[in-house]
Amino acid sequence: MKFIIAIIKPFKLDSVREALSGIGIAGLTVTEVKGFGRQKGQTEIYRGAEYSTNMLPKVKLEIAASDDIAAQVVETIQATANTGAIGDGKIFVLDLASATRIRTGESGETAL
Amino acid sequence: MKRILCNAAMQATGLAIGAVMLAAPAFAAPMAEAAAAAAAAAEAAPAVPNPGNNGFMMTATVLVLLMIVPGLALFYGGLTRSKNMLSTMTQIGAAAALAMLVWVMWGYGLAFGPEGNEYISWGKFFLAGVTPDSTAATFTDEVISEYIFISFQMTFAAITVALVLGSVVERMKFAATMVFTLVWLTIVYFPIAHMVWEARGVFFVMGALDFAGGTVVHINAGVSALVAAYILGKRKGYPTEPMMPHSLTLTMVGTGLLWVGWFGFNAGSALEANGSAALAMINTFVATAAGGLFWMLTERVMGHKGSALGFCSGVIAGLVAVTPAAGNSGPFGAIVLGAVAAVVCYFFVAKVKAKLDYDDALDAFGIHGVGGMVGAIGTGIVFSPALGGPGGEDFDMAAQLVTQGSAVVATIVISAVGTAIAMYIAKALTGLRVDEETEVNGLDISEHGERAYN
Repeated sequence: MKFIIAIIKPFKLDSVREALSGIGIAGLTVTEVKGFGRQKGQTEIYRGAEYSTNMLPKVKLEIAASDDIAAQVVETIQATANTGAIGDGKIFVLDLASATRIRTGESGETAL
Repeated sequence: MKRILCNAAMQATGLAIGAVMLAAPAFAAPMAEAAAAAAAAAEAAPAVPNPGNNGFMMTATVLVLLMIVPGLALFYGGLTRSKNMLSTMTQIGAAAALAMLVWVMWGYGLAFGPEGNEYISWGKFFLAGVTPDSTAATFTDEVISEYIFISFQMTFAAITVALVLGSVVERMKFAATMVFTLVWLTIVYFPIAHMVWEARGVFFVMGALDFAGGTVVHINAGVSALVAAYILGKRKGYPTEPMMPHSLTLTMVGTGLLWVGWFGFNAGSALEANGSAALAMINTFVATAAGGLFWMLTERVMGHKGSALGFCSGVIAGLVAVTPAAGNSGPFGAIVLGAVAAVVCYFFVAKVKAKLDYDDALDAFGIHGVGGMVGAIGTGIVFSPALGGPGGEDFDMAAQLVTQGSAVVATIVISAVGTAIAMYIAKALTGLRVDEETEVNGLDISEHGERAYN
């Protein structure tokens, strides 16, 4: 099993979610996050007082997937969240040691 | 059109003779024949307020209250950090409330009392002698109920002192704002209101044009705010730490309420529901519209995005500038005035202020002071009939500008000196400023024991 963490632009969330549903991903967790990378921050101006924010809002997706589908998940997110501009985000893949469904106590891939 | 405030109510009890001597042209009883002799006038039935005018002025008065709470409270509150929201709004509400009480105790007497000279008046303290039958003069031979006139003028005192507090938010003790309010109204506001608006006042006699309070309210509040900010010192962390407005949504709501209420402020200053009030009304629409758009345009020209706060700031700049000109300008003169005020205030607030070493937290000086000066001087220009203003054919612009300028300079001097005195009295009695820990934690929790948002 793999644990996939994707940081994407907030406005891409809906299309990524739809694309992932299309390849059989039954659930994911979304968090609003802030961070910085190569994309420069934005400037806010209030009556001439300039504040540059170097943390930008992003959305973090967390997906647990079976080994055979993990590569396809990464591919789908990469293709869907891509705008071609700096700041599109990153995808990290970790090995997942175990998964347990709380309601039934099932574990392993059947719990995904 | 100038504001003629006749202090003396014409009462049925024989005070009429004194009143007629104070402002004879305004006091012809409506039912008297044109041929009535002076002796007959003294015995004539007292003028009775027209219910339409009374109703209009009651509405206008309540609209000015709308400008203070919630208008100004939300406008200023949204601009502060969330930890100081309640403190900002409470200072405004409480200062206005204190101003109302002070007004009926000695404010009305000092500004519009029956005795006095060109700098101050006295009498009618604690509203002595005022009854539901008492009347106050308007600019024509109409009268309005004196209680309405007292209430209307009361709201002006209340909003002016509340405006001053915009420069000192987020660090001044609540108790200090109360002491300041009491002293400042007494030694600054009441004398200036008398000098500009009362028939014996020095600037009134000079012919200074100030329809609804460009000098008395805005220059006065703006300059006082600047001096108060200098004496109080900067907020901890200013200007290096970010101090972003915590809710421009509320600031926008407050801006809208201020604009709506300003119709009472400007049109109500005609003291009657007549053509002069109508002129003030249209000018309060168009000058403000021009102000909002020209501030945003200036932002674009300077390479920035047109902003919501820019729109709000421009609206206020336009309203401030049109205040002295409301009934003293044609609509197109008012548009120019609103646009010029927005551009000048933008450059002051966004460019000049950063180079000066003071912390006018909410730009009370940058918008009310600077915009007020543009308006007061500009009124001497747009009054000209050649520019569509209501001035007579013999209007002498150069002479009028000298008059306007001297009223402005005198207001600045009185405001600055009086504010310094009021601030040092507040300092002696309360310590003036909260300690550093209180300031970091925010005044809401430290001074009032509450949070705006839970």
